[in-house]
Amino acid sequence: MSITYLEAIREAQAKALADDPRVFIYGQDVGAFGGAFKATKNLALEFPDRVIDAPISEDAIIGSAIGSALEGMRPIIEMQFADFSTPGFNQIVNHAATLFWRTQLPCPITIRLPSGGTSGSGAFHSQSMEAIYAHYPGLVVMTPATVEDAYSMLLEAVAIDDPVIFCEHKYLYYHLKAEKLPTEAMPAGKARISRAGRDVTIVAYSAMVHEALAVAEELSTEGIEIEVVDLRTIKPLDTDTIMASVARTGRLLCVGESWPWGGVTAEVIARVATEGFNLLDAPPQRLNAKDTPIPFHPNLWLMHRPTARSIAMAVRNLLRL
Amino acid sequence: MDTRAIPDAISSFREQCMKAFRFMLQSRVLDEKMASLYRGGKIHGGVFLGKGQEAVSAATGMSLLKGDIFSPLIRDGAGRLAFGEPIIDAVRTYMGSALGPMRGREGNVHRGRPAEGLLPMISHLGAMISVVNGMLIGRRFKKIQNTVGAVSLGDGATSTGAFHEALNQAAVEKLPLVLVVTNNQFAYSTPNSRQFACRHLVDKAVGYGVAGHSMDGTDLKACLETISAAVAAARQGQGPQLVVATLLRLCGHGEHDDAHYIDPELRNSALGRDCLVLAESFLTEQGWADAKIIKSWRKDAVRKVEEVVAAVQHEPGPDPYKEDWSALSTRHLSEGSQSL
Ligand SMILES: Cc1ncc(C[n+]2csc(CCOP(=O)(O)OP(=O)(O)O)c2C)c(N)n1
Repeated sequence: MSITYLEAIREAQAKALADDPRVFIYGQDVGAFGGAFKATKNLALEFPDRVIDAPISEDAIIGSAIGSALEGMRPIIEMQFADFSTPGFNQIVNHAATLFWRTQLPCPITIRLPSGGTSGSGAFHSQSMEAIYAHYPGLVVMTPATVEDAYSMLLEAVAIDDPVIFCEHKYLYYHLKAEKLPTEAMPAGKARISRAGRDVTIVAYSAMVHEALAVAEELSTEGIEIEVVDLRTIKPLDTDTIMASVARTGRLLCVGESWPWGGVTAEVIARVATEGFNLLDAPPQRLNAKDTPIPFHPNLWLMHRPTARSIAMAVRNLLRL
Repeated sequence: MDTRAIPDAISSFREQCMKAFRFMLQSRVLDEKMASLYRGGKIHGGVFLGKGQEAVSAATGMSLLKGDIFSPLIRDGAGRLAFGEPIIDAVRTYMGSALGPMRGREGNVHRGRPAEGLLPMISHLGAMISVVNGMLIGRRFKKIQNTVGAVSLGDGATSTGAFHEALNQAAVEKLPLVLVVTNNQFAYSTPNSRQFACRHLVDKAVGYGVAGHSMDGTDLKACLETISAAVAAARQGQGPQLVVATLLRLCGHGEHDDAHYIDPELRNSALGRDCLVLAESFLTEQGWADAKIIKSWRKDAVRKVEEVVAAVQHEPGPDPYKEDWSALSTRHLSEGSQSL
């Protein structure tokens, strides 16, 4: 048996619904249709009252999730694409994220954002929004990179008493497979050393972890040993694991699929530079998407975001610094 | 008077009017005190009054039952009192007391007791409607019946996308939502003519497939009758109800605003009448109260406010060194306590 990243997300939701009557799923086309990506396939059959189609009203979808949480429910919201969370942005950052601080009442909502690029999806179906949500206090932001994490972190997201932005990568939906679902999991807030190495640390998250791992494999044939840190959760950021890795390698490259300005890579480098400057043997580097909207054509798309090729180049440059 | 001769309904309506009037009066007195503290520099941040809107607001608060949901807005002092908010919550929040419901983290009208169904608004207009929808959906999951959620709004808030999305959502879900829109002719300085182009805001109801009601917002009797009918309809499962009250804002947008942009002609028109004065005449005409009784009610209202203000003035503000700087309830996931 093998299970994809997408199926893991479906299974996690099935388990959450089965285990806890307070859980319900609300989003566009999630009911009988099973969701635009089929992440809720057949769930409405099993749980007809708790998998509910929503109108195209992201603001009201999130607002009502907050209200239901005030009544003790634990909603899972599917945004059809991460990009369409922007009409719900106000409720996410100004309401869900401020609720506990203002009222001391928890706001246990999980917002699933199908994120990231798949070729041909263009400017409005490809975005990665983790950095903008991480900017706001009051939100936990998860970016699972593996099938196992997609499953266990989604279950953990539902269990957390705070709003969780769950960034699931669309490219990984079908490409990533595992033998079985995990029975144990690392907790949220902890990064993972996906591959150990002594020469360079690559900090990555979500789909970029796999690009980094591919580069590590390739360059190991040349005797370059790359350590890959998978952030898993970008807020909170596991600074300790990053710092420990940089202490071992002395060199840092941080890779993110989203835009460069003020994003996750900038945050990681700021922390390493301020707290671990003396650990560094070379200036820390980063690689992001280009600062333009995400292009449609594969020729442009492949150049727009980091790839194994551009990461390998960045690593070679970093080793020469 | 021999009350046994009065049929129950009339007697209870009389009680309702008297009760509503006292909430209106209490709210007016509280507002006046907050305005004077503001002018005296005793209040940090803004002060927003409900002057001229007390009838609609009190009627909304009174039409709800304990256990219902009420999401008031900036001009709902009277409705808050009627729904059960203690005077001290308002004073503590305005004066920044650490003992208030918002503990100095939020001020002025951004207060509530959500665990008791009284929601603390976020500033973003229209945003509270869908939250109340969600509470009603949550209650439906929990099989709680006979519950109603009321949300208060201004005319300006009807132009937001949030209003549109939420009213449509409530209609799709057939929720027991009562949306009380008080059209006070202005949104800050913007008149109705620059806010919407429909003939009357209640015309929006049909577009959403919800029931519509409208009344003269200066008339307490009309407000009580209309809003309680709307609340009853929602409670009986007839779906969302849009209520539109028409009146004029009798104050600035906030106390920082002299409202010079309001045409004196409008102020002197029927729209500009003061609901509190009208309600007083109504009670007197009905023989339910007289000047002497009303004077004693006012005195009582003033005393209550003065007592609370005197006590709250001595309460501490929040201590920034002892503040729990965590925006998450899951403490180990919070980055807030570290200073980066
Ligand atoms: C979404 C949003 N935009 C702008 C504001 C700033 N603002 C606060 S109150 C107000 C006017 C509100 O008018 P209305 O809804 O008619 O209510 P009223 O103040 O007249 O009671 C504005 C523009 C806001 N709070 N929210």
